[in-house]
Amino acid sequence: MTPVVSEPAGRRHAPSAVGGDLRRFWNLTFTLASTDFRMTYFGSALGYLWSLMQPLMYFSVLYVVFTKIFKVQTNPPVKHYAVYMLTGIILWTFFLQTTSTSVQCLLAREGLLRKMRFPRLVVPLAVALTALFQLGMNFIAVIIFALVSGVRPTVSWLELPVLVILMAILAVGTGMILSCLYIRYRDIAPIWGVAAQILFYGSPVIYTAAKYPPGAVRIALCNPIAAINAQMEHAFVDPTAHSAARVIGGAGRLAIPLGIIFGIFALGLWFFHREAPRIAENL
Amino acid sequence: MTVDHVSKAFRLPHQQYHTLKERALHPFRSSTYDILQAVDDVNVEIADGEFFGIIGRNGSGKSTLLKCMAGIYDIDDGRLEVRGRLSPFIELGVGFNMDLTARDNVMINAIMLGLTRKQARERFDEIIAFAELEDFLDLRLKNYSSGMTVRLAFSVAIQVDAEVLLIDEVLAVGDANFQQKCFDEFQRLKKAGRTILFVTHDMSAIERFCDRAMLLEKGKMLALGEPTAIARRYNELNFGRTIHGRAPETALDAQDRQREAAIVDAWFENAAGERIPAIACGEQCRACVEAHFNAPLVDPIFGVTIRNDVGATIFATTTDLEFGPTGSFAAGQTVVIRLEFANWMCPSRYNLTPSIARHGMGADAIDIREDIASLVVHSGHFTGGVVNLPHTFELLR
Repeated sequence: MTPVVSEPAGRRHAPSAVGGDLRRFWNLTFTLASTDFRMTYFGSALGYLWSLMQPLMYFSVLYVVFTKIFKVQTNPPVKHYAVYMLTGIILWTFFLQTTSTSVQCLLAREGLLRKMRFPRLVVPLAVALTALFQLGMNFIAVIIFALVSGVRPTVSWLELPVLVILMAILAVGTGMILSCLYIRYRDIAPIWGVAAQILFYGSPVIYTAAKYPPGAVRIALCNPIAAINAQMEHAFVDPTAHSAARVIGGAGRLAIPLGIIFGIFALGLWFFHREAPRIAENL
Repeated sequence: MTVDHVSKAFRLPHQQYHTLKERALHPFRSSTYDILQAVDDVNVEIADGEFFGIIGRNGSGKSTLLKCMAGIYDIDDGRLEVRGRLSPFIELGVGFNMDLTARDNVMINAIMLGLTRKQARERFDEIIAFAELEDFLDLRLKNYSSGMTVRLAFSVAIQVDAEVLLIDEVLAVGDANFQQKCFDEFQRLKKAGRTILFVTHDMSAIERFCDRAMLLEKGKMLALGEPTAIARRYNELNFGRTIHGRAPETALDAQDRQREAAIVDAWFENAAGERIPAIACGEQCRACVEAHFNAPLVDPIFGVTIRNDVGATIFATTTDLEFGPTGSFAAGQTVVIRLEFANWMCPSRYNLTPSIARHGMGADAIDIREDIASLVVHSGHFTGGVVNLPHTFELLR
């Protein structure tokens, strides 16, 4: 029998965020995420359709409200507005699902955290991975919808995975911070609910980046989600739309939203690493 | 494994949870909390390949200590060093998902233990065969009985190839047959040279498997050493506190005064003459009865009956059978009758029923008091019988 199992216990014996055994770290994360994913959607035969329902319904409501009542697709006119909005909502759903599930994820895994030695970061990372599986499933629908709507595939579609990765880094970073904060302050859950709403309407998801007033657009694009969506419109939906670099006023300025993404991730990692040894007992 | 002056305290805040709102409204109010010293300066060196038991009453800090050793809790003070790979679980069935089938749960649990997907698949049949659950593979775990769940959990857990195993209360459930399998598996692990740390309330398991044991009380290590002695200390600690017989009826009530003789007190004592609530199996023990005479009596018969906690008579005797005539007693006299015996009773609770009867066949009772004193017997091997007779085995071919 080949010897398996856990990292050798070091001198500092406390639980860590990542641990020494990356293979086990990944195996655990993947197992937790895939189990959760199956549990949520594949209990029923129509699981996949159900999993699509929520973002699709949300999309339909917003689409009707904003095209028929507010008419955001005109002035300036937006090409393939429906495709843009659906893609934006699917990306946003990924971000929201990751962050809002992260808030209470440590509490939800209390049984494991108190009874098992494993790297603590597995828990919020598994949440993000579950949401990522969901995003992958949703994207199948988005691509079909885009092709049916007459969007022509281009090479720039290959930028999409990069944008998703950036979004994931942002979501995981935020998730790490929120999950640690929740241990200390139990009112983080409603606070984040409100904050996420503000972020949603402040970012170009149901409208495009071109809707920002000219004076505010450069500041608005410092918001990483705004920058990602602006680039998404350019790369995926309509190549004639301005790229994020052009909207923000120069590729160099993209350093700001990118800096925020990696800054939040680094902050989250540092915070989580600091809290990891005492997560189990403080729950 | 080295446990070097390890301490661990928990803060118990007076408020259930803190909120950010509170923090914002009262930024300078410091939160108040109590400190619970769960593990207090524990110091022990556990050798490789040792089978080590940790015992203690509820809340004595034994599970906390185990969690510190397992690297689930951080320690405040001291140093912990573990040589060799450590099993990640401290309890069986951690991470079991009640909504999934046994098949899925075995795979997930095996991966949590540190096996790869491939290894988990390879060992799958072995795991199921050990648990004897071949027929229930596709049943959801929520439909399993608790015994079946534990069997499954144990079968997965022993697949771990760790050198150091930490186990918290394993054998609480499971039928006798499976418990025996677990014991066998423990013996195999022991032979294979694994270091096993083991938290339990089951003293017979401690005595049976452990090389050494440790007794914890309020986070402090009370005793460390040979398992039988530690188990005895534990039982003394446990039972010594709660039972002191029934309330002795010292004052004679009106009814007692009408009797010619009345039993006023009864108790158990040890060979040194100290009243005891509990005693180890195999020690000398005395059952004592104090009687008061209100009228002169000649040759009354004193009887002693010991029953176990389900009311079965374990032992009964009278002075008529073994002592002979007791002589004459004057009114106002108080006497003590003492029956000394080697305590070969198995671990359980026993009650004493003394009686006084008129001279004759012993049927004409003057006073009888049901179950007025009790004794807990501990530390014997529980054999399934009611007594643990002094015995030796011989094999003649």
